[in-house]
Amino acid sequence: MSPWLIGFLLLTLWPIAQSFYLSFTDYSLLEDPVWTGMDNYNKIFTSDATFTKSLGVTFMFVLFSVPLKLFFSLMVALALNKNIRGMNIYRTAIYFPSLIGGSIAVAALWRNMFGIDGYINQVLAWVGIEGVGWISNPDTSLGTLILLNTWQFGSTMVIFLAGLKQVPQELYESASVDGAGKFRKFISITLPMLSPVMFFNLVLGIIGSFQTFTSAFIITKGGPINSTYMYALFLYEKAFKHYQMGYASALAWILLTIVALLTILNFAASRYWVFYESDGGKTK
Amino acid sequence: MNTMRSKLTSHLYLSLFSFLMLYPVIWWAGASLKKTEELSLPTIWPKVPMWSNYVDGWNFSSEYTFAHFFGNTLLMELGNVLGGVVTAAIVAYGFGRLNFKLRGFWFSILLLTMMLPGQVTVVPQYIMFNKLGFVDSYVPLVLPHFFGGGAFFIFLLVQFIRGIPRDLDEAATIDGASVYGIFLRVILPLLKPALVTVAIFTFIWSWDDFFAQVLYLSSIDKFTVGLALRMFIDQFDIQWGQLLAMSLLSIFPSVLIFFFAQKHFVEGIATTGLKG
Repeated sequence: MSPWLIGFLLLTLWPIAQSFYLSFTDYSLLEDPVWTGMDNYNKIFTSDATFTKSLGVTFMFVLFSVPLKLFFSLMVALALNKNIRGMNIYRTAIYFPSLIGGSIAVAALWRNMFGIDGYINQVLAWVGIEGVGWISNPDTSLGTLILLNTWQFGSTMVIFLAGLKQVPQELYESASVDGAGKFRKFISITLPMLSPVMFFNLVLGIIGSFQTFTSAFIITKGGPINSTYMYALFLYEKAFKHYQMGYASALAWILLTIVALLTILNFAASRYWVFYESDGGKTK
Repeated sequence: MNTMRSKLTSHLYLSLFSFLMLYPVIWWAGASLKKTEELSLPTIWPKVPMWSNYVDGWNFSSEYTFAHFFGNTLLMELGNVLGGVVTAAIVAYGFGRLNFKLRGFWFSILLLTMMLPGQVTVVPQYIMFNKLGFVDSYVPLVLPHFFGGGAFFIFLLVQFIRGIPRDLDEAATIDGASVYGIFLRVILPLLKPALVTVAIFTFIWSWDDFFAQVLYLSSIDKFTVGLALRMFIDQFDIQWGQLLAMSLLSIFPSVLIFFFAQKHFVEGIATTGLKG
């Protein structure tokens, strides 16, 4: 484990500490950091409209994309957890969009499809809906990015699928004997048994969504009118376009605090809905 | 009868859904052969396939062809995969088998780093690499992979190692194997399927890690495929046909590797049958 430890100290712990220190300074890479105390934080919280905007955009993104992705991936995992021929082909097909990930290639594809002349609008025209410039319209741009994120639900789905495989079949059988219907079985067996996996996906989903970068950077460049100006993009531009390293570090620490708080909140709430078999069967 | 009908419904529903999921990708393949005027059509096959999109896209930069960018990316990947797999295996062996002080503590720290937003460390890391003079080189992209290959992979391998029966280690100890001997002769061969998984994910993820590439590489001769594609997008007049053609090529390595590796995933499951 020593390679990891060195890496951890060098590339994680030291940078975290340094980023904390830098967040109280003014630093442009060219000269030494100048200590400015709480200035960065003051500015961020009181007079930076872009901060409020980008935080709001990111919250909206997380609020919609995380539940959507969880819902879709669970539904699809249920459908894929059957014993029918050709299942491998379906699984591969459905996993495919996630395989190509957050690459710039997919961003380019998305930008073309949802452009004002893109084929999505043509399809909509057939059914009599007049398309908009999905990406160039501030009302729909964020939704388009959420849709892209949802389209790539594969990894979440695979984790659900693995979870479903672990649900003991006897539970279903004895429920059948008791006369439980499909829906009932889903609510009383599948969901509680799946809750640890659900929790895992939820925590990772929230953390991941807060850091979405490539799609906002390539597809919309944060526009139009900052409607997709994600927090990660904001931080990137502050640090590497304006070279305000201190300011960006403060932004990073605020992000860390938010994500940590949400994760702690999640863990606290999980006591009420996550069911672990080792608890001896307590649901609450 | 009832089950047959429900199977049929499943097939119908799954094929429809697969088709919906894949349609953008299929369209993409067709669009890479289209003229700009045809691009807005949802149809797949163009009237006249423009194979020249591939030729012109490949040669789009006056200085370098895509062969150069693919070469750069593959070279970087070679380092990443090698570093990631070797060091992740060593670290995971340490966590999985060796007893040392504060093992539980360090393991929790490791898991915690999985939750740390990358944005927190990126600024100081950049400053560090900048001071060391490594900006605009592959060092900042490759070096981090040599420190355990990432918390997620270590975690994955530790779980896998815990599944390997300890009796095997003990038998090897009786035969006179050292700690390193056990690692090399017993654990490593059994770990192979899991290592393949690590290698594949390292490859795919670092291929897609656009953020790091955009941050650290600035001269065209060092550009990766992703950065080369971005040059297309930043042009005033985007040649969509060419861009889509080259984008499609850029996902090929990941897709190929995934298909090639599926066999090994299955092997990985088969190996765990050893437990019984």
